Amino acid sequence: MAAVPIEDRGLLARLWGNQETRSVIVQIATMAIVFALLALVLRNVAINLEAIGKEFSFDFLTAPAAYDITFSPFIDYTSRDTHFTAAAVGILNTLLVAVCGIAAASVLGVTMGILRLSRNWLVNRIVYVFLEFTRNVPVLLHILLVHGIVVTTLPPPRRAIDLGGTAFVSNRGFFAPSPVFEEGSGIVAAVFVIAVVAALAFRRWAKRVQVETGKIYSVFWICTAIIGGATAVAFLALGAPLSWDLPALKGFNFQGGLALRPEFLALWLALSYYTACFIAEIVRAGILAVSHGQTEAAYALGLRPNRNLQLVVLPQALRIIVPPLVSQYLNLTKNSSLAIAIGYMDIVATIGGISLMQTGKEMETMLIVLGVYLVFSLLISAFMNWFNRSIRYKER
Amino acid sequence: MKATIHNALALTLMLALASVARAGTLEDVQARGVLNCVVSTGVAGFAYPDDAGEWHGFDVDFCRATAAAVLGDPKAIKAVTSTGKTRFTLLNAGEGDVLWRNTTITFSRDVGVKLRFHGVNYYDGQGFMVPKALGVSSAKELDGASVCIQTGTTTELNLADYFHSNGMKYEAVTIETNDEARQNYLAGRCDVYTTDASGLAATRSTFTNPDDHVVLPEIISKEPLGPATRHGDDQWSDIVTWVLNATVTAEEKGVTSANVDEMRSSSKDPEVLRLLGAEGNQGAELGLEADWAYNIIKSVGNYGEIFERNIGVNTPIGLARGLNALWTDGGLQYSPPFR
Ligand SMILES: N[C@@H](CCC(=O)N[C@@H](CS)C(=O)NCC(=O)O)C(=O)O
Repeated sequence: MAAVPIEDRGLLARLWGNQETRSVIVQIATMAIVFALLALVLRNVAINLEAIGKEFSFDFLTAPAAYDITFSPFIDYTSRDTHFTAAAVGILNTLLVAVCGIAAASVLGVTMGILRLSRNWLVNRIVYVFLEFTRNVPVLLHILLVHGIVVTTLPPPRRAIDLGGTAFVSNRGFFAPSPVFEEGSGIVAAVFVIAVVAALAFRRWAKRVQVETGKIYSVFWICTAIIGGATAVAFLALGAPLSWDLPALKGFNFQGGLALRPEFLALWLALSYYTACFIAEIVRAGILAVSHGQTEAAYALGLRPNRNLQLVVLPQALRIIVPPLVSQYLNLTKNSSLAIAIGYMDIVATIGGISLMQTGKEMETMLIVLGVYLVFSLLISAFMNWFNRSIRYKER
Repeated sequence: MKATIHNALALTLMLALASVARAGTLEDVQARGVLNCVVSTGVAGFAYPDDAGEWHGFDVDFCRATAAAVLGDPKAIKAVTSTGKTRFTLLNAGEGDVLWRNTTITFSRDVGVKLRFHGVNYYDGQGFMVPKALGVSSAKELDGASVCIQTGTTTELNLADYFHSNGMKYEAVTIETNDEARQNYLAGRCDVYTTDASGLAATRSTFTNPDDHVVLPEIISKEPLGPATRHGDDQWSDIVTWVLNATVTAEEKGVTSANVDEMRSSSKDPEVLRLLGAEGNQGAELGLEADWAYNIIKSVGNYGEIFERNIGVNTPIGLARGLNALWTDGGLQYSPPFR
């Protein structure tokens, strides 16, 4: 094609010829297509709902849900409450298992990641085999497996394993005494908070002393002593304002105390150890990525292996570990939607399951479920981004 | 079992993207050559696949009856399995043409979920099953018990109401399918299994020691189970309604799979002749062949035959006709006339 001088072409062709305007045009076109598709989907929804005679409305949220949710640790829920409350119960249950799962998975994952690097051949291999087995079996099967083990191998309530008459293990769950706070326990709690603040202040002071003079205090033990000591003194001085509600077998089941039900237990454990296996590999990779020269330098300065790990390797490894960790946390949260397989009443089982079914509001309930997961994911990402920024190399 | 959230999402997306079949279900089915029936994931006697993957059971036979009427072939069916929770979405999203799945007719399903119901193929009620060893003889003694229920059913609503109104508490163990409920019940995760009494009998029949379990005397609800279709296709609704009526009328008139040929050629009863297409043009009015009902009776049998073959007293399920006897025998099965 013979080259036509740019100024001789039409306006559009000239705009297209310019790389900057071209990219703007492409973006506008893409947006137009996306919105057109979206409009098409919405139109389709409207037409389809109309065809089966349904209207789009969230009014059902204020009607009584009429079903029971036994596992509701935060809200006193009955079947007379609304679908909205049922959704709230589900959201809190999802949140509970996600938070507990993330905590357990992190601890377990870091531990396994470090053990994977152990020079002890046996430890190293055992962890390796566990990781490989776990990661290659779908998480749903792990959930069903743990639930199956709890439900089929543990004894029924009447023959529950008795741990000193205060705690019981059965296939209906683990039952432990729950604390009952009596008058004066508020003061103990206040003393505890003050002690924590004091311990934090001590830690800052100790750090400054270390920087200035090189003197090292065993901060961990001293902090533990401050917090533990002050709280214990306050507790005893106020006449131990705490009693225990013991679980007891009444009729069919244990009543009272704190109950860890098989459904929560199975979901929590399975999600935790499954995700922990991925975290372990991330941690291992992160540690290995810190140049060995760093460790050698630390040893040359006389640091012991533990201190080296704590002060030199982990802080550097953390910068590599955190970004992929976020996606593991997100995975765990989303995988918690498998709850329904064993009847844990999360957001999918409540509003996205029973409410959906009982009201026939598929669109509305699914939008709520999607929205909730979206918000959870964005919150986790935002928090981890903040954390990631806070551990970045600080230019000094 | 698949990841349910993905299931539910996929179904919702289907509502968004596909265009739901509206009128013309009959044409669709005939063009496809196969009838898609929404059935359960498996309940002994009602809907279950054999080793070869062929489906059998009381509900499946009604699906076959529909296929016989519409396609002339009782084998031309596809079973679309559904849990209590997914069944209506599957139907409304067009995955199934008709639902035959232990489904109770209720106000909210008819009016809120926008289903069309077409009569009752099994009059049922909700019951409780407990291990004999528990020593319980009445549902009123169940305060504090753990109860296995299937999610997305009328069962969980009735249960909540029953315990609430009797001032009793319970631990709800909410489970997705009958099979999982059965496993949890046998493992002792719950003291009680509650569902439709027919479902209890069916489930009990699959136990190694059925006699170790009792069904308590209380029936706490009315569960009229029947077929359902989508709103908006009157012709298709009429067909499903009259398929069910044809099986009942046939029993009322003594027409069976064994004597249907003879009846068609030599019956003196004009209603029988109309039913079997020997007289009048009812088939054409429905948009079907003249022998549509003949095909049903010939291949699947009348209501009584379907009942006795799948769930009757001589089967492991062992259900008596009870409420499902013909009205002339003191039951509730009663077909409007073919006139
Ligand atoms: N009739 C009730 C309950 C129906 C129901 O789910 N019954 C169980 C037990 S008979 C069942 O069919 N389960 C089959 C399955 O899990 O797929 C309803 O319509 O909600």
